[in-house]
Amino acid sequence: MKFAVITFPGSNCDRDVYHVTSNVFQVATDMLWYGERKDLSCYDTVILPGGFSYGDYLRSGAIARFSPVMEDVIEYARAGGLVLGICNGFQILMEAGLLPGAMKVNDSLKFVCRQVKIRVENKETAFTGSIKPGEVLEMPIAHREGNYYLDRAGLEQLEANNQIIFRYLNQEENPNGSLANIAGICNRERNVLGLMPHPERAAEEILGSADGSKIFTSLLESLSRGES
Amino acid sequence: MAAEKVWESEGLTEAEYEMIVAGLGREPNRTELGMFGVMWSEHCSYKNSRAVLRNFPTEGERVLQGPGENAGIIDIGDGQAVSFKIESHNHPSAIEPYQGAATGVGGIIRDIFTMGARPIALLDSLRFGGLADEHVRYLFEEVVAGIAGYGNSIGVPTVAGETFFSDSYRGNPLVNAMCLGLMDQEDISTATARGIGNPVMVVGAATGRDGIQGASFASDELTEESEEDRPAVQVGDPFREKLLLEASLELIKTGALVGIQDMGAAGLISSSSEMASRGNSGIEMDIALVPKREAGMTPYEVLLSESQERMLVVPRQGKEELVKDIFKKWGLKAAVIGKVTADEKIRVFNQDELAAEVPVRLLVDDAPLYHPEGIRPEYLDELQDFSPGEFLTKGVTVRQKEKGKSDYNQELVRLLTSENLADKSSIYEQYDHMVQLNTVVLPGSDAAVLRIKGENKGLALTVDGNGRYCYLDPEGGAEIAVAEAARNLVCSGAEPLAVTDGLNFGNPLNPEVFWQFDRAVGGISRACRELGTPVTGGNVSFYNESPAGAIYPTPIIGMVGLLEDLSQATDQYFKAPGDFIILLGETGPELGGSEYLKVIHGLVKGKIPELDYAREKAVQGLCLGAVKEGLVKSAHDCAEGGLAAALFECCLGKKTLGAEVQLESDLLPEELLFSESQSRIIISLAEEDLSEFTRLAEQSSASYQIIGRVQEKTLKINNLIEIATEELKAKWKNAIPVRLRN
Repeated sequence: MKFAVITFPGSNCDRDVYHVTSNVFQVATDMLWYGERKDLSCYDTVILPGGFSYGDYLRSGAIARFSPVMEDVIEYARAGGLVLGICNGFQILMEAGLLPGAMKVNDSLKFVCRQVKIRVENKETAFTGSIKPGEVLEMPIAHREGNYYLDRAGLEQLEANNQIIFRYLNQEENPNGSLANIAGICNRERNVLGLMPHPERAAEEILGSADGSKIFTSLLESLSRGES
Repeated sequence: MAAEKVWESEGLTEAEYEMIVAGLGREPNRTELGMFGVMWSEHCSYKNSRAVLRNFPTEGERVLQGPGENAGIIDIGDGQAVSFKIESHNHPSAIEPYQGAATGVGGIIRDIFTMGARPIALLDSLRFGGLADEHVRYLFEEVVAGIAGYGNSIGVPTVAGETFFSDSYRGNPLVNAMCLGLMDQEDISTATARGIGNPVMVVGAATGRDGIQGASFASDELTEESEEDRPAVQVGDPFREKLLLEASLELIKTGALVGIQDMGAAGLISSSSEMASRGNSGIEMDIALVPKREAGMTPYEVLLSESQERMLVVPRQGKEELVKDIFKKWGLKAAVIGKVTADEKIRVFNQDELAAEVPVRLLVDDAPLYHPEGIRPEYLDELQDFSPGEFLTKGVTVRQKEKGKSDYNQELVRLLTSENLADKSSIYEQYDHMVQLNTVVLPGSDAAVLRIKGENKGLALTVDGNGRYCYLDPEGGAEIAVAEAARNLVCSGAEPLAVTDGLNFGNPLNPEVFWQFDRAVGGISRACRELGTPVTGGNVSFYNESPAGAIYPTPIIGMVGLLEDLSQATDQYFKAPGDFIILLGETGPELGGSEYLKVIHGLVKGKIPELDYAREKAVQGLCLGAVKEGLVKSAHDCAEGGLAAALFECCLGKKTLGAEVQLESDLLPEELLFSESQSRIIISLAEEDLSEFTRLAEQSSASYQIIGRVQEKTLKINNLIEIATEELKAKWKNAIPVRLRN
């Protein structure tokens, strides 16, 4: 099994994701450079980490999605490869057209970093297969632009196709004002997942919560069953 | 020429100008004069503080690098080291709060990776006027946003800090940022220019006109016109600094470097001359070769520019292309601008034209050294000669008080909803405090605890300072700051190791201000000697004055501690109902300078609490000993707001709990509840560990009392206070947000 983590200029959770996949879960992981084209077909999962790619000076992810490696990520996703976008990675996936919707600035207009509770809405993905449906996970968020938005027709489609994978537990728990308390979604084909919370920050008990490890465990179990 | 007083525009005195003329043997040209102006400013030369700072204890078995470099370094074992330092950015933040605070963070981060360390933590220590003032609210919100904007983007977590409010900082806020980096000892780098003929390179951002004379601007008082100096404030680009950080660390790993130095205050001129000074060498450079983002810049402007996110590096000859390749990969510029020479001169060309030629010694080492006069301020006698007796419950001690009353609930609520004691999560939640996956004890507790990946050990970090104490007694207040910092680390389960100091004072040429400075440094020195925590570097910020006068003298202590065993990391929060609560140390009638007197009676008066080192060391020793035995479930320093506030703060863990305590005391109720006696720690432990703890305590000279047990929901202290903690928590949490919505 082999994972890839992509480093964009300004990524700052790339080393964190690498630590969790390679040291905590013992999966061989390559750090890939944004500027180099790469055949990704040898990887079982490609992860776009959090951070401030290109400083987020334009809309988050708007420049990173033009990185050379993104052409390969798009091709890999279209071929059914598993792609996980965390925080800024989620934003890049939306900009790249792999996931629907867009992020507005948080309702508070401020960056916010804290633990939140999210509910797993759908376990029919490779990322959530080992989690009980409706289970509540505690994970940190850290972002200024996580206020998920989509037009009404789009939202109806998301709902109808069960593409909403994680929701903040309720309105009070929602840290950014996102539509329908959305914290994470997948594409129609369920191989591309984006979420604002950071599962890699909740993968070791010593850091306060190990709930995020359930996402990595799901991935590994699903991959070893040979599904994807 | 003297008639024009050319020196004045560079912030120099006539006598200093004469020193320059004597040293050069001729009149300096405008470019040279500008170089002296910034290099001899207080900010770069420490001309008024150097003599006093020599009192600091700076040596210890763990000290690998003391003061004099970009940052200090201490040995944490296993071939690893940490580099850390605190720095102020007060003046820029006063007139351009977002960028001022942001570039303060950027500057201190550069100081750390320059040493070869990967920055893993930021801390901030902030002081503002009262939030009732609209302009203060603007400064507060923008400063916090600026720290967040820079630290979050670059991916260094802000793991701890403190924020205090007092009208003394109304026109002159304090923004001190501390950074800590982790490294292998083999990667330690220095800011030295050595090796005749080695190239001198500028790497990172291009140079513009921003921040020219920032160092001189920082060495003057703030006035009504200071806003006109806004161009002297730099603009930060955390994205570029992130690239610069990665490129620099990659370059340091190659071993191709002789020296590397941040281009911070006074930009190219200070970085080049300081590197040459440390290497006993000279540097010759052509400013035409410096990558610029503006056309037509004069040598003066290029030398003095404080454009951010730049470094000066000296690689070995022949490694120029390697440097360029690494920086190119990260999308950054790298240009050879000159070379190291033997003649100990800074020689600056603009293409073929010689623009400046100055001996390094004269510019750096022979900068003026002053011993300003210090006079004990007159206000002290009146303030210290005060007894709060008339404001307190007359004559009725805790022991004599009738049963069944809880008269002090309102006082406790007012204290905990005051700006200084209120919840600060609305600040630290704007900071990414978790990135890098090391934060084991999060902000809000006594100290942050970080793990070191791959090792069983951890680091504890804190910043502390109490300007009000220092106003009433600079020496005692400074000693308390050190002792409290050490206590905070001990409460987290760490052995205190070393200190970085941020010294914030008014105009040193005012004898009363200089007396405060001198005494505060004396206090820090004494406490650091007593507690075995050497000073490895720091920062002096003078001229913190506004038209309303000088700020409270505010030394800030940043302290680093080591946990040999990370599983001993402890926080301040009670864990389970039924656990025993024990107070280590003794409570005396010490309300002088307290939050209680300020908040409830509007008084800043009295004798500040006494610090007895024998007692302090005994209490810290007992606490740490018990932590290491695995007996302690929570430990919290008893500080501002006294025992009552500290007990409440212990109740705020993941699940809000309560406590019921009963103390035997001959103090007045206010004294028992709110006195800020030093050397006290509240710990909690499981019932079954009590006997083991008492066995340990009997071997210690520290006094202790078992005062009660953790409860579900209510905080009850004798018959003085009885209050539902969940309700109190809601008020405490809301106190700052409510003031900001005004």
